[in-house]
Amino acid sequence: MVHFTAEEKSAVTSLWGKVNVEEAGGEALGRLLVVYPWTQRFFDSFGNLSSASAIMGNPKVKAHGKKVLTSFGDAVKNMDNLKGAFAKLSELHCDKLHVDPENFRLLGNVLVIILASHFGREFTPDMQAAWQKLVSGVANALSHKYH
Amino acid sequence: MSLTKVERTIITSMWGKVSTQADSIGTEALERLFTSYPQTKTYFPHFDLHPGSAQLRAHGSKVVAAVGDAVKSIDNISGALSKLSELHAYILRVDPVNFKLLSHCLLVTLDTRFPADFTAEAHAAWDKFLSVVSSVLTEKYR
Repeated sequence: MVHFTAEEKSAVTSLWGKVNVEEAGGEALGRLLVVYPWTQRFFDSFGNLSSASAIMGNPKVKAHGKKVLTSFGDAVKNMDNLKGAFAKLSELHCDKLHVDPENFRLLGNVLVIILASHFGREFTPDMQAAWQKLVSGVANALSHKYH
Repeated sequence: MSLTKVERTIITSMWGKVSTQADSIGTEALERLFTSYPQTKTYFPHFDLHPGSAQLRAHGSKVVAAVGDAVKSIDNISGALSKLSELHAYILRVDPVNFKLLSHCLLVTLDTRFPADFTAEAHAAWDKFLSVVSSVLTEKYR
């Protein structure tokens, strides 16, 4: 189980407080689909994903990105029990959505890159390390119920 | 996997800006690598890895200079990095998984410094470019 120090928790929550979840969510999901086009396989119903600008402007991508990142906010509130917090979602991603857990790692890293973009120098190596730990913990929690 | 014309243009045109901060970018990327992925330090038992150490700065420079060589010969990365590829295969033997980790840290570093340039398309181009560089560096492993 991943353990966060007090410094790591405070680094994560202070940054998260400044994130516009709606905007960042759309950006994160959009970039996932642009940078790793094979991830589009889960989103056939989303309409036009034919170019970077189509993807980044696609309203379904933005809406779904917001949903995903809002859920990520639960991780920030439950850093001591990620597995518990994401148990139901894990079952969903396995049984209904059939998502390869590798995709959670890809999305986690895209999120880190977006945070780097928004926060610039404030996103120090220590800050990044705390977030890498969190996204990795979330990826593991989401894969925990896979069978 | 090879880079499209558009991707090559994105990389080469950004490199002008990037190269002005080459040394510190290399150093910062390594610092991020060692902080987020401490297991990568096992390849540097002979180094002083404290932030700002002379060895870290020298090595960071070296790494980004090599990336620069790849950019300058973007139509023939394999040729440009052939010696480095042999070095990694026969001498250094860094496990291939670590190239992804360093590539990610390089992207984060570039992104914190050039957020306006690091659009979704540029992000994709750089990710792909570093992936090609990583493949070249591991292509002689076995």
